[in-house]
Amino acid sequence: MSVDLRNVHRCFRCGWCKLPSTFIDYNCPSYVRFHFESYSPGGRLWLIRAWLKKELRWSDRLAEILFSCVGCRNCSENCKMRFKDEVTDWIIAAKSVAIEEGLAPPKVREFLENIAKFGNPWGLPRSQRATWISGVKKYEGDEYLLYLGCESSYLEAGRKVARNVIEVLEAAGISFGILGNEEECDGNEAYMLGEMGLFQELAFKNMKLFQELGVKKVLTISPHAYNAMKKYPARSFEVIHFTQLLYELVKEGKFRFSRMECKVTYHDPCFLGRYNGIYLEPRKILLSIPGLKLVEMKRTRENSFCCGGGSGNFVFDLLHGMESPARVRVREALETGAKVLAIACPICRCMLEDAIKDEGLEEEFEVKDVAEMILDSMKSR
Amino acid sequence: MRLDVESAKKEIMRLINGEETFILNECVTCYACEEYCKKGNHPFYLITELQESKGILPAPKPIVKQWINMAIPTRKDTQYFPNSREPVISLCLFPEFMRELRGKLFEGVSFILGRHFYCQLAYLHFGKPSVIKERLPKIIENIARHGFKEVVFFHDECYSTFTSYANAYGIEVPFRPVHFFEYLYNKLKALEDKVKPLNVRIAYQRNCSTRLTPDKEQYLDRIFELIGVERTQREYDKEKALCCGGIFRGQQRYDLFVDVQRRNVEDMVKSKAEYCVFNCPYCYYTLAERVYKAGIRPIMLHQLCRLALGETLR
Amino acid sequence: MNKKEVHKALAEIVGEEYVSDSKEDLYIYSRDPGLAEPHEADFVVLPKTVEEVQKIVQLANKERIPVIPAGASLSLSGLTIPYKGGIVIDLRRMDKIIEVNRRSRYVVIEAGVTHGKLKAFLEEQYPDLCHSLPEAPPSATVVGNLMIHGQGHLAQQYGFNSSMVTGLEIVLSSGEICRIGSCALGSYWFSLEPFPIPAGLFLGWFGATGIVTKAGLRLYPKKKLRDVEVFVVEDPNLVPEVIYRVTHTEMAEDITTSAQPYPLMFRDIVMIQIYITGDEEEELEFKRKLIWSSLRDIINSKEGGFMTLAPNMKIAFLERPMSNITRFADVLKGGGFVYCGAIIPIDMFSTALKKLFEIASRNQVTFSHTGRVIGRGHCMMFSFAYPFNREDPESMEKARKAIQESYIATLEIGGIPWKPEPPIQRVLLEKMPRETAELLKRIRSLLDPNGIMNPGNWSV
Repeated sequence: MSVDLRNVHRCFRCGWCKLPSTFIDYNCPSYVRFHFESYSPGGRLWLIRAWLKKELRWSDRLAEILFSCVGCRNCSENCKMRFKDEVTDWIIAAKSVAIEEGLAPPKVREFLENIAKFGNPWGLPRSQRATWISGVKKYEGDEYLLYLGCESSYLEAGRKVARNVIEVLEAAGISFGILGNEEECDGNEAYMLGEMGLFQELAFKNMKLFQELGVKKVLTISPHAYNAMKKYPARSFEVIHFTQLLYELVKEGKFRFSRMECKVTYHDPCFLGRYNGIYLEPRKILLSIPGLKLVEMKRTRENSFCCGGGSGNFVFDLLHGMESPARVRVREALETGAKVLAIACPICRCMLEDAIKDEGLEEEFEVKDVAEMILDSMKSR
Repeated sequence: MRLDVESAKKEIMRLINGEETFILNECVTCYACEEYCKKGNHPFYLITELQESKGILPAPKPIVKQWINMAIPTRKDTQYFPNSREPVISLCLFPEFMRELRGKLFEGVSFILGRHFYCQLAYLHFGKPSVIKERLPKIIENIARHGFKEVVFFHDECYSTFTSYANAYGIEVPFRPVHFFEYLYNKLKALEDKVKPLNVRIAYQRNCSTRLTPDKEQYLDRIFELIGVERTQREYDKEKALCCGGIFRGQQRYDLFVDVQRRNVEDMVKSKAEYCVFNCPYCYYTLAERVYKAGIRPIMLHQLCRLALGETLR
Repeated sequence: MNKKEVHKALAEIVGEEYVSDSKEDLYIYSRDPGLAEPHEADFVVLPKTVEEVQKIVQLANKERIPVIPAGASLSLSGLTIPYKGGIVIDLRRMDKIIEVNRRSRYVVIEAGVTHGKLKAFLEEQYPDLCHSLPEAPPSATVVGNLMIHGQGHLAQQYGFNSSMVTGLEIVLSSGEICRIGSCALGSYWFSLEPFPIPAGLFLGWFGATGIVTKAGLRLYPKKKLRDVEVFVVEDPNLVPEVIYRVTHTEMAEDITTSAQPYPLMFRDIVMIQIYITGDEEEELEFKRKLIWSSLRDIINSKEGGFMTLAPNMKIAFLERPMSNITRFADVLKGGGFVYCGAIIPIDMFSTALKKLFEIASRNQVTFSHTGRVIGRGHCMMFSFAYPFNREDPESMEKARKAIQESYIATLEIGGIPWKPEPPIQRVLLEKMPRETAELLKRIRSLLDPNGIMNPGNWSV
């Protein structure tokens, strides 16, 4: 990525970027969490400029301001200026400068170092990447390489999503295999944190491995991995998110659904929605389940309010607290009267499940992924 | 205007003699007389020349000024497209169609567009033929320096400028203008095995400048046949077509604008058309909403052709 | 002031995470997106309730620390800059829409509610009601806009937004919480009048006499359909006549004007945007015809006419609020613009426009004019707007000079500068009769005896 930070002065700090297109409420996760103008996209850009011009010195506060941007892209989506698409890139570029100058906060440094050394942000052994899963074959020229990703390899919430997707794929007779412990991090968070060198290294590693294995189609669990691989330069394989494939399978009639009366609301993940324009497929899957009533939250599709886990925050969680984005989102979901909060991203699952617990709402509703909804409907026969 | 033949003859003689006549004030610049005159005497061009020489403006001065200023090239307009190759389509002042001219029909196509390639013909609506004469040679030069042998014109006015108008005024055009209909037809014919007949009834909205070059409409009929659409029989079609009314509004003839649009759309509804097909973007912008509200789907011709090839529109 | 002690006291009021004296936060709150010089704040606080605001002001009064209430700080006139340091009170955590009374058509909101939020809320819950929406970004606060006598899209019908206030809750400099209007006597917020305390003691003072924490605001009928007609003239002298005639029909919702050198199709003409609304197409067409008819002889003379709008232009004109206005800040790819909003009699339009051209030419700056008719043509807001590039000190200086000259020009043509920066406020105070300035001084002294309320503003 080559981004000219010299243009960051073009930000007028008008505030359109804080809001969704409907204006219904603030939509910048860090601004919602902290409420200081400094944590809004415009405030952040002004501070970046002040720092680069040496009007402000680097500090812990500035570090928090910068790295609490989760990269949800609401700002780029709603900025009204011609440079709108660069807004998120400017913030990433500023993070990149901070990292290059050795100024990243310890949690961020650790996150990146762990990815470089261990292939995951927690610093857990590579050997544990796939030990939790058994009975799934390794990739050997199958139609799809099922890419689990770090979240679905090490986090219990992510593993749930992976198990559900695997079960659905098996039920549909899809030919797929996994990489097991050979799997490398996709690099999305490295990119979003501005560590371009690491991202390129990971991209290269993954592409080399896929090429050696003759992989033609990569099916990702996480929208983060989907987003990252779409960016890999000169890639020779197709990238598909699991909701896209499951939708095709639904259309082909591969699943026999039973009636399942439930009210469900769907949370659009940023890297599927705003970054890649995928809004319909997950919804169509849900709507194909007889008896399921899909209700929308106030902020939906390109206006979706981020769970707050992006740009590494699902690990270092700079936005935790009573007004964390995940808790705000869960309250919003509650307002719909839905009993299920459907997701399509393992990080969203992790963040939102924790938020439900923090809010004491376990009795009210639960988080399920889209694959799980298919399984529930099939099993309720 | 409702005139008997004798009165009409008198008024045309006044025009020919360069005299004052109410025609100069009443002309709504619909181009119909150009088509009706089978002798090639260009009554419309005559009207516009006289309007200008006598200072008769069909539209208010600030509106005319806007239209004239609108087409002055700016720094953002590209004068030369070094990477463009034939087949090349000129998009005139409609850059928004670049993202629509995609798919099988437009593979390998290059585009030229912007104010440096604007045909200027619209100034006939504003009694300003001098602007066309002043700017057109440079426009032709801008196109010609690319070395194209043929240029496809998306906008009917462009095609009519470089054929009928240029011919009438003895302006040399060093490339072959190809109408968008001809281009679409040839492409569709080559892809005939991929065409699935649409089996719909369509009303066709004929734009004003098409009357300068009606011969090219043979391709239109062939396109409709190829893609399996039935052009409905209407009172206001072909030579009797009603224009979209957009220019009438610009001339501040609001009641006429409303009346023309109403009659046109009612006619479409009466013919049980499912679609109204446009070839001119300006007609589309002016009339599409009324058409839609009447329960008919407005669509551009190229979009219809893409549907026939099974492509999905944005 | 003992900063540590004050910090501790503020943290006890709002909670540790909602008070800051970090360099970064002070940097942001010490400046606004306009050209006013920054002045560093000592603290920034984010209260959630009026009680917290009360305690902050009591503390400030005791310690003699200035307090500066702030919404989104988008006045571009430096009205939330802490000229004498102090505590900037960012009110945007107080963002509840408390009540809508549909029959009496009013809403009660906290000070931090944005225009966008109110608009969205009404569209969802009360689709036949709307409030007067200014062209400021939707992140601007409703109360902030009231405090500067803003004007919204209903100005032509109903006047300044501050005229639409039905009640106020104010924290005075003593920390007392005061309500004015019907809300002082009961639970309804339907009217200020005939309550004896006028809102003018607080509105237009930029927080110098009290901090508004709640406001009641009139709502108006919202029709299902909306359209716009743009009448263009070359001769600016025609504009007052056009406005007079159109306002006479009483058919328009909003009437705005614009003039700018770019794009070229807008050069050397003035556009008058006339908005019409209706619940049925027939209603819309009826209004449209009456408006056209009112201008028929001007049209027939060819001196003016209605534009045919391309779809993208119409979408831009009908957008609420219009993002084109904000985008003016990027004309020089520099992230800024300033404007002098002059409230002028409508018949001074062409004089004002001429002044704008002269100022722009003299200072070699590009410009834009937008205007909005207020009341049935009782006056209008005429803006002299100039973009600048934050990385180009020369462009900033030019814009600064141009804006100063615009304020002077406003006074010369008999207008009132709207939401003037403190230096211009001082000019106004000097220009007005001594007795009037004395009255302002007495009001300020009465309501802010210790001089803590947004000092630097309306200081005699």
